[in-house]
Order: sequence, then C-alpha cells, then structure tokens
Amino acid sequence: MIAFFVKRFFQAVVVMFVISLISFSIQDNLGDPLRELVGQAVSEEERQALREEMGLNDPFLVQYVRFAKKAVQGDLGNSYFFKKPAFEVIMKKLPATLELVFGATIIIVLFSVPIGVYSAINPQSWFSKTVMGLSIVGISIPVFLTAIGLIYLFAIELGWLPSYGRGDTTNVMGFWETGLLSADGLKHLILPSFTLASIMLPLFIRLIRAEMMEVLQSEYVKFAWAKGISPRRIYFLHALKNTMLPVITVGGVQIGTMVAYTILTETVFQWPGMGFLFLEAVNRVDTPLIVAYLIVVGAIFVVTNTLVDLIYGLVNPTVNLAGKK
Amino acid sequence: MPLLEVNNLEVCFGLRSGAVKALRNVSFTLERGERLGIVGESGAGKSVLGFSIINLLSRPGRISSGNVHFEGYDLAHLAPEELRSIRGNRISMIFQDPMMTLNPVLTIGTQMVECLLAHRKISVVDAKRIALKKLQQVQIPSPEKRLDQYPHELSGGMRQRIVIAIGLLLDPDIIIADEPTTALDVTIQAEIMDLMLNLCEQNNVALILITHDLGVVSQVTQRMLVMYAGRIIEQGPTKEVINDAQHPYTQGLMNALPQMAIPGQKLNQIKGTMPPLQRIPKGCSFNPRCEYVMDICEQKLPSFTESGNCQVACHMVAESKQDELLGNEV
Repeated sequence: MIAFFVKRFFQAVVVMFVISLISFSIQDNLGDPLRELVGQAVSEEERQALREEMGLNDPFLVQYVRFAKKAVQGDLGNSYFFKKPAFEVIMKKLPATLELVFGATIIIVLFSVPIGVYSAINPQSWFSKTVMGLSIVGISIPVFLTAIGLIYLFAIELGWLPSYGRGDTTNVMGFWETGLLSADGLKHLILPSFTLASIMLPLFIRLIRAEMMEVLQSEYVKFAWAKGISPRRIYFLHALKNTMLPVITVGGVQIGTMVAYTILTETVFQWPGMGFLFLEAVNRVDTPLIVAYLIVVGAIFVVTNTLVDLIYGLVNPTVNLAGKK
Repeated sequence: MPLLEVNNLEVCFGLRSGAVKALRNVSFTLERGERLGIVGESGAGKSVLGFSIINLLSRPGRISSGNVHFEGYDLAHLAPEELRSIRGNRISMIFQDPMMTLNPVLTIGTQMVECLLAHRKISVVDAKRIALKKLQQVQIPSPEKRLDQYPHELSGGMRQRIVIAIGLLLDPDIIIADEPTTALDVTIQAEIMDLMLNLCEQNNVALILITHDLGVVSQVTQRMLVMYAGRIIEQGPTKEVINDAQHPYTQGLMNALPQMAIPGQKLNQIKGTMPPLQRIPKGCSFNPRCEYVMDICEQKLPSFTESGNCQVACHMVAESKQDELLGNEV
C-alpha cells in the first residue's frame, strides 16, 4: 500500500513538472503582462526597467529554473493583479469549484446508475428509447446553452432558483468557505450543478447501459439465473458490480475533465470559483496565476485518479494494490 | 411416471430475417436417477435443448410450443417466480466453460451461499457449512480455504469442481451438464467425468449429459439421444445405439471415431456439413448427406420406427422393418 502511494506521489511530481513546463512556455504568447500591471502613463524606459527587474527579459530556461526553485518550496509566484501569492488566491477559490464538481458528480451518479441499469434491463421499453434519444441531444448541446436555458426556465420564468453567485457561505475549519450548509447556498448550487452535469450525464447513462447489456449476456449471469437466485440480486450484485469496473475508470478521468468544464459553467453563473478566476487571469495576462491554476488542476487530476484506483481495487478482486498475498 | 417428460418441444429464435426453429418436435423422458446423453454436431440444438428444459433461453430464443413436465409442473409455461424456485433447487445446471461461469468479482463462498439462501430458510452459518460439505464431496483440495477465494485464484479444473458443488448444493433431482469437460485439459476431463458419475450414482441424481464426445457418453450414460438439425433422429439404450446404430447419421458418427479407422488410413467422415437452420431441406433433414438416400427421403419427414429398444427416424430403417414383417407373413 505504501509503495503504491509513493509511486503515485512521484507520478504526481512528474505530471506537475510537465504541466508547469508547458504552461510556463506558453506565457510569452499570451500578451504583455505590463499592459495590465502598470497604467498608460508609464513610459517605455520605465517599462523596460520594470521588465528587467522582474526578470521577464531573461532567457526562458533561466526564468523557468528560477520559478521551479521557488515552486518546490511551495511558492508559485505572486499574482500580478491581486499582488498576493498566486497559490493563496487559487486556494481561496478552490472550495467553490470543488463543491460545484461535487454537486455535479452527485447528480451524475444519482441519475446515470438507475437510468442506465433500467434501460439495459429493458432495452425495448419506450423509456429506454426516449432516454437514448435524449442523451444524444444532451451530448450535442453546449454547456453555455444548457445554462442559459436553465436560467431562463427556473430563474426567470418560474423564479424558483437564483441565477448567479454562490449565496450564503459558511466558514468551516478556517479556510473552507462552504455553500453546502445553508439552504440558500444549496439553492444556488442546483442550476450550476445540473449545467455541469449535463455534458457527462448522457455519456454515463450510455456507458452504463452498454456495459450492463454486455454483462447481462455473460455466462456468469446466465449461471446466476440457473441457480434460481432473485432477479434483484442478479441485476444489482452480479451484473452491476461488473458493470461498474469500466465505469469507475472512465468516471475518474471524467471528474478531472469536469474541473476544466467548470470554466464555462462558472462564467455563465458568475460562480466565484477557480475557473472563473482563470478566465480573468488569462484576460489580464496574469501569468503566475495561470501557471498556478494549471498546476493545481493537474494535482486534482492526479489525486482523483489515485482515489479512483483505490476504489477500483476495492471493487475488483483481481487488482491487488496493497501487494498482499 | 417419469421424472421429466418433454413433449413436442419447439424452440424459436425470432431473428430480423424471420423466426428460425432451433428445436422441432423434441420428445423424451427421463427417469429418476437415470443418466441420459444428448449427442450431435455443433449446432444440432443440444445446448438449446438443455437450456429450454429449465426455460432459460437467451433472447431472442423462446419455447414456441410443447411442454416440459416435471413433478406436476409444466416448466415451459410456468410463472417466473415458480420457475426460479425449481432452477438451482430441483434442477441445476453445469455450464461448459468454468472460466466464464463464476462471477469474477464475488467470492466462491458468496456464490455458493446465495444459492442456498435463495431456496432454503437457513442461516448464513448453516449455508456455509453445507457449502463446505459439498466442496469436500467434489474432492477439492483444502476446501475451507476456497470459500473466501475469488475465481481467478483457482485453476480451471478446480473451478469446474466448484461449479459442480454449486450444482449439488440443494440435492437436486436433475443435473443438466452442458459439455462439462470440453473446456478442460484432457487429463482433468476424465477426473471430472468420474467425479460426476460417482456423485450422481451416490445421490441418485438424474443426469442429462450434453456432449459430442461419444466415448464419454458410452461410459457415463444409460440412454442416449442423437440430435440432428434440431430434431431427435435416434434414441435408445446407450449400448444398443453405440454398438448397433440404425440411423445413417449415427452410423456416420460411429465410423468417424478414430478407433474405427484402419491405422494409416484416412478417418471416415460424413460428407458435407449440417444445413443452417434457415435452410433445412424438405423431407429428412439429413438427406443431402445420406449415402442411402431414397426418393421418399426428399419428400416426407420420417417418423420414429421401433428397432429393438431404440427409436429411429429413418425411412430406410422403416422399410427394412416393414419387409421383415411382410417376410414373416409370407
């Protein structure tokens, strides 16, 4: 088990190294950070002096090594705009994004498993056929359109749910601002979560259905029928457990991808999360913040995939993470 | 009254190109404790027959007509819940490939205990005790260790022993074994077959053995059915069918055995292949491959003729019997 985590830790370091290198190398193409940093009145000589002082004129490798040296100590540089450590700025926005991803994940699990299983067991029913048709539509509608549609229906026409922001938040443990503990915060979470889930939900329904249909054809399911055990046990233990193996693998990758999709959702709903922050940072050419964001997202990817591997190991007995015999 | 009585069973597969009949007019009986072999080429309908006895055909297959009488029930027309109480309980099944039969993500113990709990009101502890006893009966090494193991930790031979143990869990009246040794190593095959024979004899369990191995049939079974293109073409006591096959197809099968060929000579084989189910010829379905084909074979479906203790569906056999009768009269 320890060996597994050590291996994962080094993988994470490599992933973050590569991500930082890539994000660092694109910064020159984003524009001039000084345009946002200083006002119109500053002369070209002063700008040059400032560039020299900030080390922006140094060769790429010199700049990167300087950054990397500080990064290994946890210092990802200061945000040009916020004039605060970039890492700190990101971490302050992280809870909002993670709660949004969490909300969307809950929705996906809650809907995709029952719908996928039902439509695999009854592939000919009108319900399954409708779901299959709708899922194609769902996959093809872009996130921002879903968001606008939901806002129009539930916020404007029906007036049930708020259309932007996080609502009331509560501070837990000093650093985590959560919206999950108040009714207002939860209400604000509903529309953005459904929007974020809208892309992945049809995909998961189809995936679960396809996997389940294949498993239901297998010999061991047929043998389970021949043993005379209850249909419920066959569907939800024998078949579902095998169905979930590939779904968990895909799910892990998709949760990471959802963190990236939050950029769109957060923008439409003015959700004060990392994605929204990232978009602002790109507009302001706030390079340290961009780099920090990408590294944090990379870290989230590695962490979720590690968790997924752990869960997979629990479900699949042929995988032996702990190295036990 | 026989234990199991199959009457005019007909199985249909509804395909997009139209319904295909995989079984036609299949009738036979099975006595308590009797061992019956079902033989035939691949695609003759042996497995379909095995599965249709417990009404466990995969879609799009279904029993389109006929009955399967067992202890006063008609399994072909039984409600799913009642059928479930018979499957695994009174009639159990052993599948072909032990590598595919056990669920890879559940322990052996779970897969055994659930079967007992589905049919009997007993505690998990008692169920485990019975499971252990059955594992001992199938002579698996260190049985107490197996309950907590997963299928991937066991070899093919051991897995088939476990499948057999599951089949015996509830002391069924009938075990249907669908090519139980085909997927196994030759050295293991004989062991498993011996084991099954002994267990069936000891517990007075009737066995329906589906196989294409005539050697196994002759060693294990008392009576046999020969199937061709979804029909039974010959049935009778195994010894008589093997030693004195009447139907040209059965004769062909016997002659194709390597033991029957002269060393150094090519093996005898039946010409051609079995017709696909969509294109079964008119009359006797074997007529295009039969060396003794007559005009009537291409016109009329042969009915069963009694020959000794056997029944044979063949015009030639019917004619020679008739000649015998006439000859006696003259």
